[in-house]
Amino acid sequence: MNNQALDGIVVVEFAAFAAGPCIGKYMANFGAFVVRVESASRPDGFRAHYPPFKDNKKGVNRSGVFAFNNDSVYSVGVNLKAPGGLDIAKKLAAKADVIIENFTPGTMKKLGLGYDVLSQPNPGLIMLSTCNMGQTGPRAQHPGFGSQLTSLSGFTNLAGEPGGAPVIVYGPYIDYVAVGFGYVAIMAALEYRHHTGNGQYIDLAQYENGIHFLAPAILQQQLLGSSPERDGNRHEFAAPHNAYPCAGKDAWCTISVFDDAEWQRLVDVMDRPAWAASVRFATQLSRKQNEAELDALLSEWTRTKSAGELMNLLQKAGVHAANVHSIPELFTDPQLAHRRFWRPVNHKEVGVHQAEMPAFDLSLTPAADPQPDPCLCEHTEMVLKKLLGLTDKEIEALEAQGAVEFESAAGNH
Amino acid sequence: MERGFGLKTSGRAKELSNAAFTGRRVLDLTTPLGHLCGKILADLGADVIKIEPPAGDAGRFRSPFYSDNTGASHSLFWLAYNNNKRGITLNLESGDGRALLARLAQQADFLLESFPPGCMDSLGIGYEKLAAANPELVYTAITPFGQTGPYRDFQGDDLEIMALSGVMSLTGHPGRTPLRISLAQSEAWASLYGAMGALTALRHRQESGRGQFVDVSAQAACVILCAHAPWFWDYNREIPSREGEFMTGRTITGAKFRTVWPCRDGYLTFIIYGGPAGQKTNRALTEWMDSHGCAPEFMKQKDWDRFDVATITQPEVDRTEEAIGKFFVNLTKQEFIKGGLERGMLGYPISTAADILADGQLTSRNFWQMVQLPGCAEPVRFPGPFAKFSNMDCGEIRLAAPALGEHNSAVYGGELGVSERELQRMRAARII
Repeated sequence: MNNQALDGIVVVEFAAFAAGPCIGKYMANFGAFVVRVESASRPDGFRAHYPPFKDNKKGVNRSGVFAFNNDSVYSVGVNLKAPGGLDIAKKLAAKADVIIENFTPGTMKKLGLGYDVLSQPNPGLIMLSTCNMGQTGPRAQHPGFGSQLTSLSGFTNLAGEPGGAPVIVYGPYIDYVAVGFGYVAIMAALEYRHHTGNGQYIDLAQYENGIHFLAPAILQQQLLGSSPERDGNRHEFAAPHNAYPCAGKDAWCTISVFDDAEWQRLVDVMDRPAWAASVRFATQLSRKQNEAELDALLSEWTRTKSAGELMNLLQKAGVHAANVHSIPELFTDPQLAHRRFWRPVNHKEVGVHQAEMPAFDLSLTPAADPQPDPCLCEHTEMVLKKLLGLTDKEIEALEAQGAVEFESAAGNH
Repeated sequence: MERGFGLKTSGRAKELSNAAFTGRRVLDLTTPLGHLCGKILADLGADVIKIEPPAGDAGRFRSPFYSDNTGASHSLFWLAYNNNKRGITLNLESGDGRALLARLAQQADFLLESFPPGCMDSLGIGYEKLAAANPELVYTAITPFGQTGPYRDFQGDDLEIMALSGVMSLTGHPGRTPLRISLAQSEAWASLYGAMGALTALRHRQESGRGQFVDVSAQAACVILCAHAPWFWDYNREIPSREGEFMTGRTITGAKFRTVWPCRDGYLTFIIYGGPAGQKTNRALTEWMDSHGCAPEFMKQKDWDRFDVATITQPEVDRTEEAIGKFFVNLTKQEFIKGGLERGMLGYPISTAADILADGQLTSRNFWQMVQLPGCAEPVRFPGPFAKFSNMDCGEIRLAAPALGEHNSAVYGGELGVSERELQRMRAARII
């Protein structure tokens, strides 16, 4: 019996940045053998120029954002511009169950690595193409980064204070929506292949994925002629429902109250201050009506408290409350620690750092402890031997042609 | 009560004959935290039965609502995330209700639930019990924080989940209140990871014949929204924070860049990038501005092919952004997207729902699924397939979200063989 749910699945990635590689990383966390095809002549943009870099020193093996999206996968150095390199890429594809690519639409075909070519010798092959707009349509070729696609898909418009300009939604939000849907699509295709023996090609548009997360707003526009607006942290009916300042620098605790009984519990925790007895805050609707005043009074109470202690105090009393975690607090959060959400890896150039695990645990086949993200072309020899059965001599010949690349040479770039 | 307005009002849903999960049975007991999870499996062809308490799922009470031609109100959240599911009512507080669930679970491939941890166990229908009768069952539990651990019993709605994921500390203006996105997002994230987990477990079942328990944490799911921010701390002990409409962390000079720009009919997203795509964009924008007489001399003189974003200084950023801002403020979102496309530039408008509905890219890909809802003259557009599969059906909306108890007769009568008389008794006793 398998120890891991995806044992035996071979994934080959022709992918960079987040949307492709993060799918492969998750599959590797559950046992798949995942290989990224890389070249020092064209390293992943995250390796090349996207901070953070360890100790703020640039280097292809020092990128934090690369590490986050690539733990537990292997890097094989193949130069697709060299004839022998293209041949190796095709041979790797012939051994793959799954190919993940996120080039501009049409690029794989131009390289001679289109699905029709690769599936010829390997009809069970599943190939996922993930890009901004999808493979078709008038704007298929329009370039763009995930942080901006997040705006086109409607998320940025919903972040900010009421009446104010939108604020930026951190990171390439939509890339990770598409990572989830892409992972699901591959699992579904594996199930289909299990029953039919047939692989298939999957065209995934990250833009379309994002719209699923805003589906109620799409219906609201059509059925009611209105749409949700930037509303800070406010809620349709719950009040209070906000983040409140606490003692210390940039420390905040959220408090939200969904009914009168919960309000009473909050008032009890506050030791029943006189203001809380006002009719202006006596009922759900009156609290909502006087929300600005309520926020100001609550802030006075929270201002001297520790956010973490306040969360525990209120939660113990049955009131919705949460510390607004700063980034460092994610690493000391006891719940995430309990789930072993962060796990250390020992990277040969960066040293010990943390890898982020998937948000689901499987009782019978849990995720394996992660391996460090690969150095550029670190596993060329291992992959060529393991997947293609090449001998040392054959590998040397390929290296002489410039078809394959190794870590030592790559590290100098 | 059982009057539905689905595309088909009774019996089995139209089957996707060529989908990944045709013939698979899903029992969906989730609250709004898990609704999208069941919908994803339904879009892939599974027969998903939404199981609700007799008073109705909490998702039915989520605003806003639209009124149909009979005056009945329907939650848009409910309609969005429960289409392609059948619906039955079942009172799990009653012994008879629990016995019915156990019978249904014997035939199911997946069970999805999002009750507080331990709830199903305390009702005597937890994973151990159900798996003893059906070892192949893949049981997925989606909760705010997970089944065990110090936050297990915490109250967690969207705001709490977002706060504890760290992402609010990255959203909003510096020094001011950290923000969430104004339309709840944590439910969709938790659901998506739920579907990933359930299908990973199914893959294992293909090989082993064994189902298992999938424990999903919404908090953990939403940490991904911090993207790479944790590594600023992990690698260099730097603390990323929120910058409002700006972005930093891209230069050695510490310069900050505008990301949100007012335009004639709303806002645009644009940022001064380096690298080949950024250099091309900056050059194209300068030419575009120049064709309108808006490009200042220093932008025209600049050798954009050698532009390095990492070394740009704040005064240079400010000067360039001032000129760009004056140009953008007179463009419409449509003009920006059209001009950007023609010139191969990076940058997109900040779209509203109306903009998305009007986008020709989506219609050209046949993204929208048209659903006829009662009281609406025109069919309503719903988001369609999340991916286009070359050999497999996905995302066709073959069933609108069920009315309360719409498929009680079909499931209890037709499949479990409960007589009409018994069904009436169960209704009267509030078992269904």
